[in-house]
Amino acid sequence: MSYSQTATKAKSGFQAGVKDYKLTYYTPDYTPKDTDILAAFRVTPQPGVPPEEAGAAVAAESSTGTWTTVWTDLLTDLDRYKGRCYDIEPVPGEDNQYICYVAYPLDLFEEGSVTNLFTSIVGNVFGFKALKALRLEDLRIPVAYLKTFQGPPHGITVERDKLNKYGRPLLGCTVKPKLGLSAKNYGRAVYEILRGGLDFTKDDENINSQPFMRWRDRFLFVQDACLKAQAETGEIKGHYLNVTAGTVEEMFKRAEFAKEIGAPIIMHDYLTAGFTANTSLARWCRDNGMLLHIHRAMHAVIDRQKNHGIHFRVLAKALRMSGGDHIHTGTVVGKLEGDRASTLGFVDLLRENYIEQDKSRGIYFTQDWASMPGVMAVASGGIHVWHMPALVEIFGDDSVLQFGGGTLGHPWGNAPGATANRVALEACVQARNEGRNLAREGNEVIREAARWCPELAVACEVWKEIKFEFATVDTL
Amino acid sequence: MQTLPKERRYETLSYLPPMSDVQISKQIQYILDQGFFPCVEFNETAEPRDFYWTMWKLPMFNASSAQEVLSEVQACRSTYPNCFIRVIGFDNIKQCQIAMFIVHRPNRI
Repeated sequence: MSYSQTATKAKSGFQAGVKDYKLTYYTPDYTPKDTDILAAFRVTPQPGVPPEEAGAAVAAESSTGTWTTVWTDLLTDLDRYKGRCYDIEPVPGEDNQYICYVAYPLDLFEEGSVTNLFTSIVGNVFGFKALKALRLEDLRIPVAYLKTFQGPPHGITVERDKLNKYGRPLLGCTVKPKLGLSAKNYGRAVYEILRGGLDFTKDDENINSQPFMRWRDRFLFVQDACLKAQAETGEIKGHYLNVTAGTVEEMFKRAEFAKEIGAPIIMHDYLTAGFTANTSLARWCRDNGMLLHIHRAMHAVIDRQKNHGIHFRVLAKALRMSGGDHIHTGTVVGKLEGDRASTLGFVDLLRENYIEQDKSRGIYFTQDWASMPGVMAVASGGIHVWHMPALVEIFGDDSVLQFGGGTLGHPWGNAPGATANRVALEACVQARNEGRNLAREGNEVIREAARWCPELAVACEVWKEIKFEFATVDTL
Repeated sequence: MQTLPKERRYETLSYLPPMSDVQISKQIQYILDQGFFPCVEFNETAEPRDFYWTMWKLPMFNASSAQEVLSEVQACRSTYPNCFIRVIGFDNIKQCQIAMFIVHRPNRI
């Protein structure tokens, strides 16, 4: 049986030395197989390095290649295992940038291991001398490989059923100040936020178990706050209890305790803690009926530069495979980074089952998720009531809108601040369902609601002048 | 400055003033426009984990107008004026419940 459409000549015997990568790894006639993992790299070669050699070097160094030939190459069937650069497109408007497409045979990767996938594909090659810069723009994960992953513990539809919340985005709030509150004071802030009408509160990512507030005390006071707010309002409430810890043993200990006290949701930082820890936690969450909120601390280190690193859409796909029910995506309108078309592109990749290639939205490959559960998009950072119409319009129902300062900064306190946000949200949902155009009439919808809701009227006074208009670093 | 009063809520659209029949009808129309199947359900209590309320007849798989659905809401309301009533929507493609909003509460209006 032949594994490849290209032949690497082994019959001529071993010849020591350094040979051009492109002779073995640049195969423009190759048609990718349905089971191949495909990668789109943005390659900036060093001066004098032709694009074919640079693309082939990426394919080689991220699969079977080494800088020099070795005799043991002849003991294997390179055509079965090697990555292949099968297409190269110059990037419009750039002198020396190319999108190089690489196909990797499925056998190169361990089943169910996001860690192995990334160690292989982005492990060594980003420091490679022949390249000035390199960015992984997208990955196509074949169904055959996806089916070896559990994915999100529950997914969007199961989460809604568990929470009994339908037909609107969910609302959250990160408790501030993010460091330095005692557990009991922290729980009070949580209670006030939740009784005012938000669905969730959130530990800041920095909150793990510090001297000012140890994790167990926090979990207990916060759970008490959730139950009280739930009993008073008649709606299900949750707080993302951050179980991120220094060891996986400690992480699981905290997760078990959260389950023991009846918490509905925990949270984890998947990049700083690592894919292996995250995947184990996601499996535990499915086994124990626990929702999993995912934070992405450190992502901007990896994804912010346009010509080097990994685009967030790839990290988002990694999370959906590793497992999480929520993931932060940026707001498009708030204080943090995010270009609209590209953000909506990876929001689709997180939530939908089948996403067509669309390069105008940064989607380089058609992706079929083969019924893997979807992940809620979390928009957080610098947003307030006046952003609500745009957020509902942009993110739709299957999202969590996180108003931190936009809740806690209300002049009357957390509960009225939460009510202002909930009323603004429901006014927007009602208006949208009635066929009104939120992009055009959004401000009017908010003003109408503020006429009968004093909490919203006050919020509208505080925040109307605030605007965030930084140019986006990462345009398409 | 004001203290937020303690108040029971009933999920989506329960933070807005109670809807008129015209407003309810527009929300029903949205459910129909999305291709979802509307259903009316009622219950004596509205606890956070009362996942199932009692169905008023069956989901309206053949409803062609919001008025038809609204008539069922009105009929349910006159039979069970002391119950909570909400309209929900099912999506058979995603195979799940997809919409839910409160249309009647016994202690208000």
